[in-house]
Amino acid sequence: MPVVTLEGAVVSAAGYPLLAGVDLVVEPETLTVVTGPNGAGKTSLLRLLGGLVGLSGGRAEVCGIDLAAGNRRALRRRVGWLGHEGSFYDDLSVRENLVFAARALERPLSAIDPALERVGLAGRSETSARLLSAGQRRRLGLAWLLVRRAELWLLDEPYASLDDEGRDFLDRLLADVVGAGATVVLSAHDPLRSSTLAPRTLAMAGGRVVGDVPGGRP
Amino acid sequence: MIATALLVAGKDLRIEARSRVLLWQVLPFGVVALVLAGIALGPARAGHSDAAPGLFYLVTLFVTLLGVNRSTQIEGASGTRSSVATLGLDPAGVFLGKALALAVELWAIGAVLLAGSVLLLHAALAGTLQALPSVAVTLGALAAAGSLYGALCGGAGTATLLPAISFPGFVPLLIAGERAYHSALAGGALWQWWLISLVALAAYVGLGVLLYGVLEESW
Repeated sequence: MPVVTLEGAVVSAAGYPLLAGVDLVVEPETLTVVTGPNGAGKTSLLRLLGGLVGLSGGRAEVCGIDLAAGNRRALRRRVGWLGHEGSFYDDLSVRENLVFAARALERPLSAIDPALERVGLAGRSETSARLLSAGQRRRLGLAWLLVRRAELWLLDEPYASLDDEGRDFLDRLLADVVGAGATVVLSAHDPLRSSTLAPRTLAMAGGRVVGDVPGGRP
Repeated sequence: MIATALLVAGKDLRIEARSRVLLWQVLPFGVVALVLAGIALGPARAGHSDAAPGLFYLVTLFVTLLGVNRSTQIEGASGTRSSVATLGLDPAGVFLGKALALAVELWAIGAVLLAGSVLLLHAALAGTLQALPSVAVTLGALAAAGSLYGALCGGAGTATLLPAISFPGFVPLLIAGERAYHSALAGGALWQWWLISLVALAAYVGLGVLLYGVLEESW
């Protein structure tokens, strides 16, 4: 059963269509990259999939939840969101942010240390999130998702601000989480050039999907 | 709902303990405002005492507005809002948690301002102590009302509307609180004013529990 099924999905804000009839099916345990220029509708698509904006028209079913029925809150607990602005409380430490997320979702606190180890922030667990570099903030956001164990990962331009080492790390992490059963949809300005991943690549323009290149072997 | 409220309140108070915005910015503002009010009244000691309850609540109103803005700001960053939204927290619990944290902060600042009222405005210590419970209830009601109005003004570009929008809601609370404090200083009955504050507290908590989710969705 697909994780995402969109049929003519429309999202509008103040009368302006952000998504103008998107048809999309995303199968479980896959990695999909949504590309396109600024204003193409990439972030709006991710926000729709995360239940963060309402569906204005068409049909949308994500993780088995019909978004037209309006139960977006139920969907949100099953997705993980990483925005490009940072995704946590700046005045809390790295560990306190993760403790908050774990408690909110009733996840075991024992998941925090392995997640910090995995993203390379074990030595900075008591550092205020405000003091992290852009790349470290991205890693904290990923640790937040690891602690959450979300079914559907929605990453808005996760490669921005990452150096080569960071990009390689993210490639490996995404390969692992997809291998572990999660589904990942991420946005990027350009198609990924990765030696580890060979994702399906969607091209968006004007709020529509205008290209769809299936994934394959890296 | 209660577990969510405690989680959110703990998070907000921990953020305040880290950032110390209320301690180093809002509290000094409140004390300076109280001092300026005392200077504006001039040296007449009796007049100070009579005006102390009104001035205390006037300064408390300003402090509450700053506190509400700060409480809303914590959740304000777009990425944070989206991430926290995907935690799927019970909105009623979030409202109660934010109101509880704000109430704790207002109680702490209120205690300092009451001491200032005694020291700077010559309010009688015994009457001020007698007014403490009514002040606590009124500040709790202000915190609940402020958290609700903060959510109403939580969208981008609307935070500056908070004073204008919240004013009609805050006025009855301020009048009831001032009358209760005044009655305590004069040795009169407090209960009528207490009742107003208690009813307002219950009403704003009820409204917040019902409406916070709707307001949050409109951000």
